[in-house]
Amino acid sequence: MIETFYDVMRRQGITRRSFLKFCSLTAASLGLSPAFVPKIAHAMETKPRIPVLWLHGLECTCCSESFIRSGHPLAKDVILSMLSLDYDDTIMAAAGHNAEAIVDEIVEKYKGNYILAVEGNAPLAEDGMYCIIGGKPFVEQLKYAAESCKAIISWGSCASWGCVQAAKPNPTRATPTHKIPGLADKPIIKVPGCPPIAEVMTAVVAYLLTFEKLPALDKQGRPQMFYSQRIHDKCYRRPHFDAGQFVEHWDDEAARQGHCLYKMGCKGPTTYNACSTVRWNEGVSFPIQAGHGCIGCSEDGFWDKGGFYERLSDINDFSIEANADAVGGTAAAVVGAGIAVHAGLTALNRSRKTGANQTGAEQQ
Amino acid sequence: MTVTHTPNGFNLNDAGRRVIVDPVTRIEGHMRCEVNIDDDNIIRNAVSSGTMWRGLEVILKGRDPRDAWAFVQRICGVCTGTHALTSVRAVEDALKIKIPENANSIRNLMQLSLQVQDHLVHFYHLHALDWVNPVNALKADPAATSALQQKISPHNPKSSPGYFRDTQNRLLKFVESGQLGPFKNGYWTNPAYLLPPEADLMAVTHYLEALDFQKDIMKIRTVFGGKDPHPNWLVGGVPCAINIDGVGANGAINMERLNLVSSIIDRTIDFIDQVYIPDLLAIAGFYKGWMYGGGISGQSLLSYGDIPDKANDYSAANLLMPRGAIINGDLSKVHEVDLTDPEQIKEFIPHSWYKYPDDSLGLHPWDGVTEPNYKLGPNTKGDRTHIKELDEAAKYSWIKAPRWRGHAMEVGPLARYVIGYAQGNKEITEQINFVLKTLDVPVTALFSTLGRTAARGLEAQWAAGKMRYFMDKMVANIKSGDLATANVALWDPETWPSSVKGVGFTEAPRGALGHWLKIENTKIANYQCVVPTTWNGSPRDEQGNIGAFEAALMNTKVERPDEPVEILRTLHSFDPCLACSTHIISPDGTELTQVKVR
Repeated sequence: MIETFYDVMRRQGITRRSFLKFCSLTAASLGLSPAFVPKIAHAMETKPRIPVLWLHGLECTCCSESFIRSGHPLAKDVILSMLSLDYDDTIMAAAGHNAEAIVDEIVEKYKGNYILAVEGNAPLAEDGMYCIIGGKPFVEQLKYAAESCKAIISWGSCASWGCVQAAKPNPTRATPTHKIPGLADKPIIKVPGCPPIAEVMTAVVAYLLTFEKLPALDKQGRPQMFYSQRIHDKCYRRPHFDAGQFVEHWDDEAARQGHCLYKMGCKGPTTYNACSTVRWNEGVSFPIQAGHGCIGCSEDGFWDKGGFYERLSDINDFSIEANADAVGGTAAAVVGAGIAVHAGLTALNRSRKTGANQTGAEQQ
Repeated sequence: MTVTHTPNGFNLNDAGRRVIVDPVTRIEGHMRCEVNIDDDNIIRNAVSSGTMWRGLEVILKGRDPRDAWAFVQRICGVCTGTHALTSVRAVEDALKIKIPENANSIRNLMQLSLQVQDHLVHFYHLHALDWVNPVNALKADPAATSALQQKISPHNPKSSPGYFRDTQNRLLKFVESGQLGPFKNGYWTNPAYLLPPEADLMAVTHYLEALDFQKDIMKIRTVFGGKDPHPNWLVGGVPCAINIDGVGANGAINMERLNLVSSIIDRTIDFIDQVYIPDLLAIAGFYKGWMYGGGISGQSLLSYGDIPDKANDYSAANLLMPRGAIINGDLSKVHEVDLTDPEQIKEFIPHSWYKYPDDSLGLHPWDGVTEPNYKLGPNTKGDRTHIKELDEAAKYSWIKAPRWRGHAMEVGPLARYVIGYAQGNKEITEQINFVLKTLDVPVTALFSTLGRTAARGLEAQWAAGKMRYFMDKMVANIKSGDLATANVALWDPETWPSSVKGVGFTEAPRGALGHWLKIENTKIANYQCVVPTTWNGSPRDEQGNIGAFEAALMNTKVERPDEPVEILRTLHSFDPCLACSTHIISPDGTELTQVKVR
């Protein structure tokens, strides 16, 4: 279990008296009457929601926008009942110093017990000043917040791979989370996609909270449950591919019949994501269903893998199975993934146990 | 201390205490704001700085113009799609590609659904906490909230005391947990919050309701574009095919898909009419006395126009969203705007972290140069990676300063609405008059922070209505036998001339957006964007004109300088989008491509 806020404060040598004082200050800062103090104290002693620092680097905020499109669970339920989204500059009430103070507070008080969610990435060129937060390079904030977190979620293709600002020639040296020099060694869950599917994002969060462990990750650090199959593997238009029925021009008769978009440049055969199974926006559709090929937005470096309308050259029309398997090499990767995941989990469990023991000692 | 009189009419005085807000939150991207306040806490100098830069257009150089929409769409995931639409229009303009009527209707449906959703999310989730105090909602009597709701929105079925009590109980539990999440460290004891508890409870309830509802609006874009954010677009039309008789909804747009879109449009219209507009008017009613933030909105306004009624006609007469420019506060004359005229739109950089061959000259986007040049002025406090106070006499922002015939301009919903009003646009005039009458305020009240916020709400209402118009129009067109959604005559690059240039424009939720591109030998030779927040968030230009954000902050009283909610109110009223504003890049890109990538 996550330590309660009270546990953490006690472990850090804070007296109960100081704790209650903190509770009354919290109530006062909200303009609430002293009657709220025991309720706040009770909640903090018993059931905390896990704090989340959601940082934004160079990005377009499409990950946040996707997140709020989640139908199950609803974004409001995630925010009100599942976790404590203490810092997220896109929606937080606080600004300026008050906002920065929250990062300090969470890092101090929840050492090792908060999730760091990263949207976007840090530019390393120009001493990091292509992305400035509070007058300082974003990369400083990122490293500071990573130092004491429990685990990192790299939201979207920016944090996972670099995405559009890292496309050639990557003028700002935009760098994904796991490649930041000097970043603390923490378990990283990559949730790529531009953006990731809303329900995939909330499922990753819910999984962490429900099962109290990291989801099984593949060799590249992506949750297997959503990224272990190609879009092509479960595409409902696959029978048309197998039958050799292809769209040849936009809006031709084959397009109107919903035939395969492979010849229009579809990257489904080389893209690992859940679009053809989970689909988008509560299952309404996904790119191929709406007539456009997949552009491969969850793949590393997808911006530099040829035009979006260029036919994949390494897929042979007549021997797709052999060739497509070779393209990904990911069937093998999944096996290897188990080891990496296991290592990450062990670390996580270890830190959890350590925390529990310390708490026990305090109480004795 | 320096006192300066700007050409656009503001007296800047940097003598008083410097108040800094960084990060400015509840916006897209990263920005910093610094102001000086006098002894009466009134803002006498304002400095707005864009604090991020991504360099997208250099990345586009040499790529297939048909791919460009996907790249530029990633400029912004909040106004997702509007850059993509602007891009396909720019390519179509360059190559003289005509799109089918159905494609025009579908694009308009996608763009209008963005206007509605973006405005709704802005009002409730980015802006509301400047006016609404969620903690104060705990003190409300749910019966009083119910009575208020029934009074201001008699047709809204969700108005029972029990409905509001449920929300209040949930909020109470949330606050009692001591973990306030996004509401943590807000200015909840600040006297600038004026709503009575029952109104706060109503607004907080709708904060949650709108969060649930907004995602449904975007399903329209998922039907036509396959996903949202970042749906798919196509040069020459739209990628989705229409097949009414032959194949199920999994193959093409058919009756089931049309019904889904139609039902969302109906619910959207209801939500705007029954929740958004009544809330907006109710909240505005309590803040009528707070008339700050006009800035240059009473002087200089710009709109390119959007939402072509008929396909392929981008003239002002065919655009349902107004086009034009107002300068010197003269509403009797709306000037014509020409995006291809090198004398009209120019960008300046004396206070931006870029360099030109001659920093003092402005350049038209087709001839623009952008080379990053991160350099702080001598009076900066701190150092280059730990800025404490910016030196606005030197370069201080990653945003350039675009000017229309030399004027700093405000763009966005208020600009569109004032221009439409000045042109006598019937729908816009009726909406504005309704608001002025309901709130009992003069037309000059529009030129304010609240005016901007009100115009955005009215525009959401207008856009929802126009979704119905284009839906019906498309169905009628399909009924007449026209199923076409794409024109592929010029799809093959081999059919293209060797050297062409084009410009595309839209009215993004935040204002006028233009993309200028050159295509040489079937590849992008130059791509340049001038976006809404570049206009609104611009730093000073070479004449010393301040931009719209800076102007709007001037002369505002800040009740508690350590809790500058007034600064947030006014900045948020523009709905800043910093990722959009700060990515402009050189036409040749030569300097940047030399940046060493380890």
